[in-house]
Amino acid sequence: MEFKDYYKIMGVARDATQDEIKRTYRKLARKYHPDVSKEADAEARFKELGEAYEVLKDAEKRAAYDQLGASFKGGQEFRPPPDWNTGFEFSGGDAADYSDFFASLFGRNFRAGGGATFHEKGEDHHAKVLIDLEDTYQGGTRTITLRVPGMDAQGHVITKDRVLNVTIPKGIREGQHIRLSGQGSAGDGEGKAGDLYLEVEFRAHPLYRVDGRDLYLDLPVAPWEAALGATVKVPTLGGIVELKIPEGPVSGRKMRLKGRGIPGDPPGDCYVILSIALPPADNEAARDFYRKMSQELKFNPRARMGV
Amino acid sequence: MGNGNQQISICILEEQTQLTLSDLCRACAIDAERIIELVDVGVLEPQGREPASWIFVGASLHRARKALRLQRDLGIDLAGAALALELLDEIASLRARLRAMGG
Repeated sequence: MEFKDYYKIMGVARDATQDEIKRTYRKLARKYHPDVSKEADAEARFKELGEAYEVLKDAEKRAAYDQLGASFKGGQEFRPPPDWNTGFEFSGGDAADYSDFFASLFGRNFRAGGGATFHEKGEDHHAKVLIDLEDTYQGGTRTITLRVPGMDAQGHVITKDRVLNVTIPKGIREGQHIRLSGQGSAGDGEGKAGDLYLEVEFRAHPLYRVDGRDLYLDLPVAPWEAALGATVKVPTLGGIVELKIPEGPVSGRKMRLKGRGIPGDPPGDCYVILSIALPPADNEAARDFYRKMSQELKFNPRARMGV
Repeated sequence: MGNGNQQISICILEEQTQLTLSDLCRACAIDAERIIELVDVGVLEPQGREPASWIFVGASLHRARKALRLQRDLGIDLAGAALALELLDEIASLRARLRAMGG
């Protein structure tokens, strides 16, 4: 396993005071907290920081770590020295997520002491699931793979893949959770199994943008469709519908297709935002056509600007 | 643990679920007092007068968990976590609106 340079991870000097370490941690925690941060690797960074802080905030662990640090560099292949004492024990936090490096130094005996209650309900599990907009429109089945911690025959903590076929409830929105009863950890004794919660995220859609149950679609129209009015085809999640565009100025105009958004009670709407697409002037005939328009239409798009 | 072939009861937590105080305690793995604090600072707004008869909407579960995480990880109190939650909600809805408008 790799040696982890906790000072480098936190960006503090090796002789930083405990106060400096605490202040730095607080600042970085606010920046990378997965509930707050939009940084792509926030979760991984936050875990790494938590682990580094767990060691550096504690004078005893820090001293022990410093002893090792003198002869190792970050990323270097690491094996704890034979006389290393793994007698530390602590509890709390999401310590099960800490690295093997951490575990080799401080052990894994840090599950907060569970009560001796028998028949207790098992732990709930939480995960995210990425679905397509079409899945919530039609409902559908998704195969998802969860990485769950388990124990091997020797009692070591390992990660297992668990494959689940999940029915996506029709009408579910981004940020909502699918609850799968009894799909968490097994209970103790006769206790019921815990539940599994899947937080729904939508994959970015090539056509639609989503706001709650409403969808937004940019629809290009030809200049003559805009000027003369027309009935045009619009793709919606439920299939193609026809939309009547009244004549007149259209750019940026928002039209509503009622009930064509994400299903529900009431269902969302699909807003169609019109924009004019110009035919390309990529051949002589087309260019002649534009020249003719410029001569015959006497159109100054900047007239209202006084220029 | 089951596999994908068995019948699994599925629902949308936010729409088809109501929670009692003890449901919420268990799901967040905390004492009732902590939930009462969350109600006091306005993170959760149950229906019903007495804690024993409180009914929480399904969305309370992740709201409570998030508030507790913020409190624990950022070294802030619950009132601070409540403020952070409100601001995060507002940012999320502004972002969604901005995206919808094509921003």
